[in-house]
Amino acid sequence: MGLDFTVIPKYLDIILLGCAYTIGITIAAAILSFFGGILFAIIALYAPWIVRQPFRLVAWIFMGTPLLLQLFLIYFGLVQIGIDLPAVVAGIIGLGLHFAVYNSELIQTAILSVDKGQMEAARTLGLSRSEALRKVVIPQAVRAVIPPISNNMIALLKDSALVSVIGVSELTLSAQRAIGRTYRPFEFYLLAAAFYYVINLGMEWVQRKIERRISISR
Amino acid sequence: MTDDKHFVEIRHAQKSFGTVEVLKDISLSVDRGQIVGIIGSSGSGKSTLLRAINDLDPLTGGEVWLDGVQVNQKLPHRQYENHINQMRQQVGMVFQHFNLFPHMTARENVSMAPIMLKGISKDEADALAEAQLDHVGMLERIDYYPSQLSGGQKQRVAIARALAMKPKLMLFDEATSALDPELVEEVNQVMRKLADEQMTMIIVTHEMDFAASVCDRVLFMDQGVVVEEGPPKILFKTPTQPRTREFLRKHLEAAK
Repeated sequence: MGLDFTVIPKYLDIILLGCAYTIGITIAAAILSFFGGILFAIIALYAPWIVRQPFRLVAWIFMGTPLLLQLFLIYFGLVQIGIDLPAVVAGIIGLGLHFAVYNSELIQTAILSVDKGQMEAARTLGLSRSEALRKVVIPQAVRAVIPPISNNMIALLKDSALVSVIGVSELTLSAQRAIGRTYRPFEFYLLAAAFYYVINLGMEWVQRKIERRISISR
Repeated sequence: MTDDKHFVEIRHAQKSFGTVEVLKDISLSVDRGQIVGIIGSSGSGKSTLLRAINDLDPLTGGEVWLDGVQVNQKLPHRQYENHINQMRQQVGMVFQHFNLFPHMTARENVSMAPIMLKGISKDEADALAEAQLDHVGMLERIDYYPSQLSGGQKQRVAIARALAMKPKLMLFDEATSALDPELVEEVNQVMRKLADEQMTMIIVTHEMDFAASVCDRVLFMDQGVVVEEGPPKILFKTPTQPRTREFLRKHLEAAK
């Protein structure tokens, strides 16, 4: 039994819908992980001890345990305490927070490597510490950290397949559903792989655009 | 108020880093419109003294007064932060390494603090940035980023940025030390212009000729004390202290 790609058109709508889910979840989680990463970095570096310590525990949970477990915790676990999230939302929050913690590590390093004179110059003008962070230090740190964060975002795209386990029909699960009906795993997995590749290309394109915009100002 | 006739008043300034005492009981007063130069070898404490004036390097003892208000007064943390931000708005500072904000154009560098702190409109901020950059001869580079400017141009933008807050006092921390020799003069010219406009300035410098030509008074510092001070004509021509003579002699040799 050879490959037969003629079965694809009939199920293309399922696959494309899955694609749309994957793209949507990735974009939403990427945005959450970016701004969450900035917030976590500020907490880790500047919050008082009483805020920082519980936060470190949460950060450890997201860095030190499997993403799969975190998705189970958010989707199935939270129901027990009355928080019943739709699967898509649970998936976005899980992915977003997981990668926010990784982004936070990058942003912290970048903030600390911004030249000390930048903070001094801003303070000398009369800006408060938080104003100086917001207008001067953090924008520079974020610019420096765009390339490594982009790598995290590619990883986020790939890990978005994990939200299939809580029943979100994203690209991988859609492929499986099509396979369930046609018994054609090779064709549909290859098709899914091709779609991931295309989404990847799109993300790299966006990354290059952002980097080019930033490089003008350097 | 005990003594408000001096515009800037430093009383018994003392500063230690651990067991190392970098400022040893220094007192200094500057009148409105005066230009004071501070010279001395590196490690003499001259930059530390300058940076104590706006509390970038807080003193461990002594007082700094500006225009009748004590800069380093004892206040609870929150209140002190507000107070020091107010004081710093009145004191412009120019650094050896410019410290321009690399992610902002010259215009944004100049207008950012006035927009944030004085609540001026976008149009007012633009007019202000244009006026200040014109003042330092940088108007035609107003939308350039720091990376597109030479060292001398960067320093002129940094001066415009400080002036945009309309400071009462300007502090220069070796403003030309990091510049290529051919770029020093354009920055010096801007500083001379400020001197002509009666700006009160305290200038830490390695350039004796410049100090001699613009300063009303020059201080020679060594090992945390003011060894000798006086009008530049007297201090440079007929220094009385052996340490001053030694420093000036070495400096003259190095310049040759």
